[in-house]
Amino acid sequence: MKLVCAVIQPHRLDDVKSALEAAGVRGMTVSEASGYGRQRGHTEVYRGAEYTIDLVPKVRIEVLVGDEDATSVTSVIVGAAQTGKIGDGKVWTIPVEDVARVRTGERGPDAI
Amino acid sequence: MESALNSGDTAWILTASALVLLMTPGLAFFYGGMVRGKSVLNMMMMSFGAMGIVGVIWVLWGYPMAFGTDIGGFLGNPFDGFGLGNLLAANPEESLPSMAFVAFQATFAIITVALISGAIADRTKFGAWMAFAGIWVTLVYFPIAHWVWAGDGWLFNLGAIDFAGGTVVHINAGVAGLALAIILGKRKGWGKDPMRPHNLPFVMLGAGLLWFGWFGFNAGSALAADNTASVVWVNTMVATCAAMLGWLITEKIRDGKATSLGAASGVVAGLVAITPACSSVSPIGAIIVGVVAGVVCALAVGLKWKLGYDDSLDVVGVHLVGGLTGTLLIGFLATAAAPAGVDGLFYGGGVDQLGKQAIAAFAALGYSLVLTLIIGYAIKMFGGFRVSEEAEVNGIDLAVHGETAYETLGIGRVSTEVKA
Repeated sequence: MKLVCAVIQPHRLDDVKSALEAAGVRGMTVSEASGYGRQRGHTEVYRGAEYTIDLVPKVRIEVLVGDEDATSVTSVIVGAAQTGKIGDGKVWTIPVEDVARVRTGERGPDAI
Repeated sequence: MESALNSGDTAWILTASALVLLMTPGLAFFYGGMVRGKSVLNMMMMSFGAMGIVGVIWVLWGYPMAFGTDIGGFLGNPFDGFGLGNLLAANPEESLPSMAFVAFQATFAIITVALISGAIADRTKFGAWMAFAGIWVTLVYFPIAHWVWAGDGWLFNLGAIDFAGGTVVHINAGVAGLALAIILGKRKGWGKDPMRPHNLPFVMLGAGLLWFGWFGFNAGSALAADNTASVVWVNTMVATCAAMLGWLITEKIRDGKATSLGAASGVVAGLVAITPACSSVSPIGAIIVGVVAGVVCALAVGLKWKLGYDDSLDVVGVHLVGGLTGTLLIGFLATAAAPAGVDGLFYGGGVDQLGKQAIAAFAALGYSLVLTLIIGYAIKMFGGFRVSEEAEVNGIDLAVHGETAYETLGIGRVSTEVKA
């Protein structure tokens, strides 16, 4: 089992969600995040004093998948989130040891 | 005997008093929005606290000290009329009851004290602030109000024009803010950590309430519902409009963008500058006062970064500089056609009025600076003026008031028991 994590531009969330649903993904966790990569932050000016805001708003998506689906889910996210501009984000995959579905107590791949 | 009471004037002054009183909660929003979320309640409480302490003192010995029996042109006798019991009966000779004037002037004393709090945001002990408010209003505000506005006051008799409080309110509060900012020192992380406004809509709301209330402040200072009040009303409006534009244009040229904080700040800068001048200039003169104040104050708020004092919300840059601008511009732009009936330099009146304006401005500035430094250092020595570094970093709201303004600031707070 794998956990696919993605940090993307907030305005791409709807498209990514639809693309994942179309690809058969049945559940995900979405949270608001802040961060920066190569684009760094932006500046704001208050009464002439300039503040450099390092962290910009992002959305983090987490999807649990079976081993065989990790690569394709990654491609779906990249395809839907991409604008080609700096700040588009990252997608990465990490191995998962165990999963349990709380409602039924199922374990392992059955719980995904 | 037939009563001389003018019900139109009285109704307007009572209304204007309520308008000016609303300015202090408005100021609480204006200031509260500019601080960080962890100290907004304390910021607003300094304004509300000033309403409590100054309102009570005003009734006990404030009004007699400012407008009571004169002692040498410098001060009224606080014991003659203590508690205002002598003003309860109707006086048939008065067109405006003294109590209406008491009400109106109370609100000026309150907001002057509240204005100072913007210089010492995020770090002031609440008890020390309340003590300061009571001592300062007694030793600094009441005397200066007497000098400028009482019939026996020495600046009043000199012929200096301060229609609604450029010296008494704004120069006075502005320089007191500077003194306290120096005494308390910078906030931890000043100039390094971001201290941007946490809620700009609050700032805009506050500026709007201040502008609304300011019509009571300026037009009410006519102490009648008459032509003077009407001229003042229009001058107050148009100077403020012009100042907002002046500030925004300055920002657009300097920083690239016209900001909402700049609009709110320009509004207040214009109101401050037109306050002393609103009875002595024409509407064109008022526009000039406004534009100059908007540009000058937009530039002046940068001074603290160069000079290194943490006047947190720019009481100096807006109130001291704006107050000086308006008070001195009277010397240039006053026209005898306006209600005050005096010509300034540009209208052929020579430098006479300008000299009087400068004396009034710098007398108020010097007296307030010296007395505020003495009071401030005394409070710092006997009990301390500033909260602990831990309280400041974790948020003064929680440390001083035991509250947080927003639920998100109390991460992980779980209620275990409700005590009643």
